[in-house]
Amino acid sequence: MLQATGLTKSYGDTVAVRDLTFTAEAGRVTGFLGPNGAGKSTTMRLLLGLDAPTAGTAHIEGKPYRQLSDPLRTVGALLDATWRHPGRSARQHLRFLAATNGLPDRRADEVLDLVGLSAVARKRAGTFSLGMLQRLGIASALLGDPRVLLFDEPVNGLDPEGVHWVRQLLHGLAAEGRTVFVSSHLLPEMEQTAQDLVVIGRGQLIYQGTMADFVARAGSRGVRVRTPHADALRKALTEARAVFTEDSGAFLVSEMDSDAIGELAYAARATLHELSPLAGSLEHAYLELTGQAAEFTSGGAR
Amino acid sequence: MNLLRAERIKLFSTRAPWWCALIAVAAPIAFTALFLGLSGAEITADVSNTQLATSTGRTVALVLAVLAATADFSWGTLRLTFQAVPTRTPALLAKGAVVFTACAVLGLLAGVGSWGMAHLVRPDADLGLHSGADWRIVFGQLLTFALTGLLGVGVGLLLRSSALTLAIVLVWTQLVEGLVLLIPKIGSDLYQWMPFYAASQFAGGDFTRTTLKLSPPFGPWGYLAYFAAISVVLFAAGVATANRRDA
Repeated sequence: MLQATGLTKSYGDTVAVRDLTFTAEAGRVTGFLGPNGAGKSTTMRLLLGLDAPTAGTAHIEGKPYRQLSDPLRTVGALLDATWRHPGRSARQHLRFLAATNGLPDRRADEVLDLVGLSAVARKRAGTFSLGMLQRLGIASALLGDPRVLLFDEPVNGLDPEGVHWVRQLLHGLAAEGRTVFVSSHLLPEMEQTAQDLVVIGRGQLIYQGTMADFVARAGSRGVRVRTPHADALRKALTEARAVFTEDSGAFLVSEMDSDAIGELAYAARATLHELSPLAGSLEHAYLELTGQAAEFTSGGAR
Repeated sequence: MNLLRAERIKLFSTRAPWWCALIAVAAPIAFTALFLGLSGAEITADVSNTQLATSTGRTVALVLAVLAATADFSWGTLRLTFQAVPTRTPALLAKGAVVFTACAVLGLLAGVGSWGMAHLVRPDADLGLHSGADWRIVFGQLLTFALTGLLGVGVGLLLRSSALTLAIVLVWTQLVEGLVLLIPKIGSDLYQWMPFYAASQFAGGDFTRTTLKLSPPFGPWGYLAYFAAISVVLFAAGVATANRRDA
């Protein structure tokens, strides 16, 4: 289990993370979402004791990170896949890390096998693609067979097959009862991977809870209707005081469910070619919630 | 022990340290061959003069030590190390110990190698180690190289950037220490307090001392203590800074 309490980090006048409190439970994949610059990476570094918090605490399996002895056996983390010496082979890279925590050399070969890098174990890491570096980073996180895993953008640079592999891996790790905390800016990917969510914006907590609740909270986005008898339907909708918009031959009706629209159309003798409720998606919910909180909005959007 | 092993793997699993090690040993031996082989009567072939070129190797050992520290910063592997050793100090001490030992070996090879080379190019000369001073001049390279390694790691940890740190240590060793002599009035007094000059007073041939008729503030062992103090202070400062800073 992972627990942050009142975590705050400021650099001079800039507050990167403000009073952040959340937990990530064992046996579940917790997604960590936020716009660029929201403080995700800073939070990860605070959790791992790389940066010292200005205030607040982070506990992993009940202990502050800096008090863990041989922490790789408790927490595995991939913060930045480019953290490797380009002249050092993948194998030696993992061996030195393993040695710091008294793990046997054998582990380096085992995790290389696990991430599918055995064939390039002796190649220098400078020749690796970003996708291969991500796999190497994941291998280093798995070295100590830890109970808690943190990944910062692990699917960055991976091909679709690699993305699928990471998803399976994370699910597998959580199913074994481990705590998996993973940040990503790829929302559809997150929707398929995480059961729980921690959402931050401008360094502050926006949401903590299950993925299902989060999506439900954003609610429905209305019903999409297509008909060859647009005039008849438009008239009926207007008479029923429905709220709707039209876009390239389709109606988007809000605040009215599909049953009511169907009956209305039947009464108006309008044939329906499509009547589809648009369910809330993670993306929709996310944009709605983080919209105000985004640190950087695209130029002129306001 | 685990941390020493980790730092040893780190140091020897990239190419730069191997190249530095090779040059640190080969350059002094080669220069000694040229100095003594080609000099004829200008340079007396005595034990002290077999070590005239050893300081070039010491500078290369310094480069090795600087790289051992700064490469870890620039490639992010120090962050991984700190992730694995969150108390940090033990890992940094292990790095110091490994570089210290590696440089000690280089110093031994460079010192004894240069002395051996002198035998080969001047078989007629008396190069036997007759006094404690002779032993110190040749085998003392072990200590001056090792302390130089510690100093290099310290400066590397303080400055973090490879380019910046190398520029500073090379300008210092190759230019500043020598240029100090040109300062009017105080130049030659100041020169005797320069750290690498001090190292050469413990082990190494030095004709500046005799040429300039300096009256040094320390004897050879005093100079060693002085150089050791500088190295240890810089190393400790590097460790303390890396410890405190956000990685």
